[in-house]
Amino acid sequence: MSVDTASKSIDIKYIRDQFPVLDQLVNNKPLAYFDNAATTQKPKQVTDSIEHYYSRDNANIHRGIHTLAERATTAFESTREVVQKFINAPEKEEIIFTKGTTDSINLLASSYGRKFLSEGDEVIISAMEHHSNIVPWQLICEEKGAKLRIIPVNDKGEMDFEAYKSMLSDKVKIVSVVYASNSLGTINPVKQIIEEAHKFNAVVMIDGAQAASHLPLDVQELNCDFLAFSGHKMYGPTGVGILYGKRELLESMPPYQGGGEMISEVTFEKSSWNDIPYKFEAGTPNIADVVALKEAISFIDRVGKENIMRHEMELHDYAMEKLSKFENIKFYGTAAEKVGVISFLFDNIHPFDIGQMLDSAGVAVRTGHHCTQPLMDLFNIEGTVRASFAVYNTKEEVDAMIASLEKVVKIFG
Amino acid sequence: MTIQEAQEKIIEEFSLLDGDMEMSNVYLMELGQKLPDYPEDKRDEEHIVKGCQSKVWLNAKLDDGKVVYEADSNTAITKGLVSLLIRVFSDQTPEDILNADLYFAEKIGMNRFIGTQRSNGFGAMIKQMKLDAMVLQKVSN
Repeated sequence: MSVDTASKSIDIKYIRDQFPVLDQLVNNKPLAYFDNAATTQKPKQVTDSIEHYYSRDNANIHRGIHTLAERATTAFESTREVVQKFINAPEKEEIIFTKGTTDSINLLASSYGRKFLSEGDEVIISAMEHHSNIVPWQLICEEKGAKLRIIPVNDKGEMDFEAYKSMLSDKVKIVSVVYASNSLGTINPVKQIIEEAHKFNAVVMIDGAQAASHLPLDVQELNCDFLAFSGHKMYGPTGVGILYGKRELLESMPPYQGGGEMISEVTFEKSSWNDIPYKFEAGTPNIADVVALKEAISFIDRVGKENIMRHEMELHDYAMEKLSKFENIKFYGTAAEKVGVISFLFDNIHPFDIGQMLDSAGVAVRTGHHCTQPLMDLFNIEGTVRASFAVYNTKEEVDAMIASLEKVVKIFG
Repeated sequence: MTIQEAQEKIIEEFSLLDGDMEMSNVYLMELGQKLPDYPEDKRDEEHIVKGCQSKVWLNAKLDDGKVVYEADSNTAITKGLVSLLIRVFSDQTPEDILNADLYFAEKIGMNRFIGTQRSNGFGAMIKQMKLDAMVLQKVSN
């Protein structure tokens, strides 16, 4: 067993051994991968699963009578059950496979929005949303004559909850907010947000992309109406995501895309739709990556979300302590409740220079607006340097980042 | 100093860094800091080099038959890169600039430590410097 739950510490060597990608030199320095909010690395059991699928089981799923089709279908559908348990969804039919969080939100905005939004209605998002939870709503609001309203964010990067409450009314049909901010790390009080929205019969979509690998995701406890997240930010493959929705809501929604799989009967005059979830899964899905997603969930379950979160926050606190010693540094996102994301800038140094300097020291961070341009505008900056931690990161890696930053700072000193 | 001599000097300096990218970046930033101040009245759209990820301003003027370049960037490493080009091209005749065989970037392994995106930007800077030389050549003739 990799995890000593009694002492609540993880066996970092055991964990790192499962991520072969980490064991390499980048620019002659040991790789320190701190770009986990963009995408995490994948443990061997995930890549093995993809290889196994293509080597042994590959076939198109559903409707096939032969053995490989049966095996592929079983492997694919069993991930649905694993995801159902992962988020404690009441039924497996409420789990829709998509390409990722962006695809999930587009599906929802397009399908639910098209049917249930009318002129004068309102959709609420927050000022810290990723572009993927802004643009789909902008598009549908424009089409339907609905209004997109934005919950303000304070200097610490926290949502103004009182302002949110005052925005709610019978006009609000959809609230779509992020659980944990990708650029600031803020954890939002989603349970309370959902409770307040339900008082006005608005449905709530939670963007769980940054939460899935380390925060509890219990859709029944949260009572969210929809939840979107991506495989690749939780140690799983790229190109696979989830849209969870309550059965009655999913059943009330029209199809998003037309094609194979999603129909029950097609004539040239009219087609009728398959049941959920297949109604929303047109065409041959990303079978191999869906199959491998359950290995990512198995990895998370084995290590334990609480342990992952604790380890990441230890690194966050350690890095914050070291970074705070720099004189001209400014942090963006200092909320009381945070995931292991640190966004910062130096007064006199461009983030590109920091990013390139760190890369030359083998340290991978992200620089730029992190697909949250409106939020960057709010802070009156173009972007930040962002270090985001995962379960396999170490204090030594943080030290490497600090050492390289010291070299840059010295030049500009 | 000829264009070739300036390039050889840069190659020699970088050879001391032994391919260490971190040190190379530090060195570039230091070189960038040594560039003379860029004239504020030339910090406009007209002087921005198109095709660079970072903002780069470039001005060229003729002084006694030779082209003098001035440049600035909002990022320090890019400013260092443009400073290398200024060392090579500044104070040379338009003819020499236009006929120059630029080999130092490849010799110091520039592509390896600036990546494809900046490499394209570096190409854009060279192109703009040669275009400016061409314009000044016509003016002087």
